[in-house]
Amino acid sequence: MTTTWPAALDEDIRNAISHFSQVEGSILLALQTIQETFGYVPDSGLNAVAETCNVSRADVYGVFTYYSDLRSTPPAPYLVKVCLAEACQASGSDALVSDLKAELGLDVHAKSRNEDAEVQSVFCLGNCALGPAVLVNGQLIGRATTAKVRAAIGRTK
Amino acid sequence: MSDVTVVYVPRDAASLSVGADDVAQLIQEEAGNRGLSVKIVRNGSRGALWLEPLVEVATPDGRVGYGPVGVGDVAALFESGFLTGGSHALSLGIVDDHPWFSAQSRLTFARVGVVDPLSVSDYEAHGGLVALRKALTMSPGAIVEEVTSSGLRGRGGAGFPAGIKWRAVLQAAGDQKYVCCNADEGDSGTFADRMLMEGDPFSLIEAMAIAGIAVGATKGLIYVRSEYPHAVATMRAAIVLANEFKILGADVLGSGKTFYLELRVGAGSYVCGEETAMLESLEGKRGVVRAKPPIPALEGLFGKPTIINNVMTLASVPWIISNGASKYEEFGTGRSRGTQVFQLAGNVAQGGIVELALGVSLRELVDGFGGGTRTGRPVKTAQVGGPLGSYLPLSSFDVSMDYESLIEIGGMLGHGGVVVFDDTVDMAAQARFAMSFCAEESCGKCTPCRIGSIRGVETIDKIVSGEKRGENLELLLDLCEVMTEGSLCAMGSLTPLPVRSAINHFPSDFGIEPILGGARDATS
Repeated sequence: MTTTWPAALDEDIRNAISHFSQVEGSILLALQTIQETFGYVPDSGLNAVAETCNVSRADVYGVFTYYSDLRSTPPAPYLVKVCLAEACQASGSDALVSDLKAELGLDVHAKSRNEDAEVQSVFCLGNCALGPAVLVNGQLIGRATTAKVRAAIGRTK
Repeated sequence: MSDVTVVYVPRDAASLSVGADDVAQLIQEEAGNRGLSVKIVRNGSRGALWLEPLVEVATPDGRVGYGPVGVGDVAALFESGFLTGGSHALSLGIVDDHPWFSAQSRLTFARVGVVDPLSVSDYEAHGGLVALRKALTMSPGAIVEEVTSSGLRGRGGAGFPAGIKWRAVLQAAGDQKYVCCNADEGDSGTFADRMLMEGDPFSLIEAMAIAGIAVGATKGLIYVRSEYPHAVATMRAAIVLANEFKILGADVLGSGKTFYLELRVGAGSYVCGEETAMLESLEGKRGVVRAKPPIPALEGLFGKPTIINNVMTLASVPWIISNGASKYEEFGTGRSRGTQVFQLAGNVAQGGIVELALGVSLRELVDGFGGGTRTGRPVKTAQVGGPLGSYLPLSSFDVSMDYESLIEIGGMLGHGGVVVFDDTVDMAAQARFAMSFCAEESCGKCTPCRIGSIRGVETIDKIVSGEKRGENLELLLDLCEVMTEGSLCAMGSLTPLPVRSAINHFPSDFGIEPILGGARDATS
């Protein structure tokens, strides 16, 4: 399932996070809310968080750049997260990574991005007995193969 | 047939990952086509993940299991009369009598996979809320004493006695205290926290309410990692229900006591599983490790006295309060009391959750419950305790799985994860990965971790490529010592565990051969 994101207009961003002005320690919450609402955190979002939470833009930027989930660009329709941690290594994640690159043009190590999908690595999805594991827009895939990932990103071939 | 047959199809993420939703839908459709009446309950997983999707049917003799069920099996299951427990190639018999389950001691995981995770009545029918009701009649000191005398230790990895932590918070002065549950289960090979949150979320809620009442904390926060969207959704739904049923809120079960609970989601940082980094993240900041002291029990979230426990630690508490500390203490060995929810992962034939008294051997877990490797090749090693745990050789497989015994052989129990590898694994690559993982996930606060891990990767590359092997090996071991002794938290100080264990037990993978007290270049 793909998600359709609304345009990240400055006013809408500020409305989405306005209630955090009353919440102690809410920089991360505000950033996460912007990303959940608009799919990413545009540059203007950093200013909005700084003003809403009454902190400096530098503080917000520091938090924003610390967390690997937070992103400054809109996501592709499908976000493919491939687990590269030990349990999945033991279950063949290396081979899966090669196959994804060769067959679907998704290069995990290069964080490649196509029109329909982008791919990134992740350390552990908690599916360690059914590896290799892949998460596609919140859908967990166990014993992952290129065929299963292909279906999950809506490609027919 | 007018009777409605109850069929269980798990909603656990692992089960969904191998097609449980499709199976559930097909069973519903097939039953409709055949004019049969079924009620499908989406339970958590029983923990036998190699049998997922594991479908169960309620019969007068108990729940009969079938698994792993694919969509292609559903029609045949109906033909075999599975709705009355009919036999089929996938039949497992009565699940509770299946040796893989009956050999376990399910205390913390007693309800996981058994109940509907989001049914308060099902929860109560299976012993839920007994502990909270009892705790509300006890004095705070008595609750803490019960936890202390049970011998329960931190199941997140550190193994610190839970009761002592609770007592420190109870005795600390503060206008506001907090209970924080660390559900940032980032260790590869561990998934017990996730499965409990998805399969029995109310037990964690009940446990946190008990903790709050015990130490006078009125606010609780659960920090769940973002890689667990299913656990986040289930926990959130359970918190809403718990508020409705007054398990949480201003008047917990009509006692007049207050406990509010909130869920926060991580943002992709492994080190936020370290308790002080988690506090920073909960405060909305960069998830950077704090120096200790002060300990969080005295100065934790927003500088207030705070209990921080892992999901498994907290979820053990209701059983202890309901059944008594002495009953819990009967399980275990030495100073490691109670049960551990072991997680069998990686290249293992029968992976999943095995809850047993601490003290079972690693061999019993890997060969017995695990059934060896999934590939059928010989086991080469198992990494115990997550990415910061040691790679143990077969010669160590008789080790007793408890806190002290694992430390004695240079390992650690960690969160109880066991990742099995077959003989194709290259241990130099695993050691390199440990260093590169540390480099990737280091919070950057202390130099040994931030810089050491990068130098570690480079040095291992040199050793493997044969560049000044002896010298670089010495350098690597020295670096490991600096990281161990000089890092602020477990990320930097324990990364040397997998590295050193790989070198010590599998030197030939590095092109070196073992010598007394170390290893040297095989080619020099």
